[in-house]
Amino acid sequence: MSEFFAMGGYAVYVWPSFLLTAIILVANILAPMLQRKRTLTEIARKLRRARKEQP
Amino acid sequence: MIIRFFHQMGSPRYFYDVAGKLVPWFMVSFLISLVLGIYYGLFVAPPDYQQGESYRIMYIHVPAAWMSMFIYVVMAVSGLISLVWRIKMTEVIVISSATVGASFTFLALVTGSLWGKPMWGTWWVWDARLTSELLLLFLYLGIIALHSAVEDKRVAARAVSILALVGVVNIPIIHYSVEWWNTLHQPASITKMGKPSMDISMLMPLLIMAISFKLYYGAVVLMRARAEIIERERNARWVLEMVEQEAK
Repeated sequence: MSEFFAMGGYAVYVWPSFLLTAIILVANILAPMLQRKRTLTEIARKLRRARKEQP
Repeated sequence: MIIRFFHQMGSPRYFYDVAGKLVPWFMVSFLISLVLGIYYGLFVAPPDYQQGESYRIMYIHVPAAWMSMFIYVVMAVSGLISLVWRIKMTEVIVISSATVGASFTFLALVTGSLWGKPMWGTWWVWDARLTSELLLLFLYLGIIALHSAVEDKRVAARAVSILALVGVVNIPIIHYSVEWWNTLHQPASITKMGKPSMDISMLMPLLIMAISFKLYYGAVVLMRARAEIIERERNARWVLEMVEQEAK
């Protein structure tokens, strides 16, 4: 197992590549999820405010 | 029937619903192929006789580089359609592709650097392949910046489409750079014509990873498109109704 993580001495090049890829891929999934949620909450807030002003 | 399909897909509401149904399918098939690709790429494929284990960076470097160009072409084609027919949904595809395209370009550059250091002895050289790929990153970033600089989303989409179209000349330059110029970067190992110069046990994980990244792009571009549609249509009745429905 430790041999696998050593990557034949290239661990410092191989693992950062995979780690960075993982981080960037996850970030690209989270960003649109949060963005959509934020916009929907904003719209909901605006609707509530509008209803209060005009009963 | 096909015409009806395109007509419906041009409607933001319909696109939003269909995309919402498609995303989980793309996500699941992406994850399955990712696990397969990583497993075969890291555990099953043998080490390279010259590069040892370091060549395993290829399993993300090459698919990421392919995606950086593939996404740009998708963007340019959507841009052309947007300019000619003024279809809202292709405008959304253009801008929704930019961030994920920039991400893959960045990954291709960084993983290439991490591979270049042990194999070439340098992080970076100003050769044709590396420089044209860096230019691609700047094109993506320019598109993102231009889009956020223009207030009116439809005007922004038009400007961005033009920039995407102009920048597409860079794509064949990247592709043929290793043939046209003497570069440190190796030429393509996989060509459509002729046998690939790679053993099947090393090639298969690469192709699986390429498919995996394509599926990932499918999922992410649809998610971004949905977020973008809500943003653009925030005053449309169907969006207000949907928000009200959820509030109940």
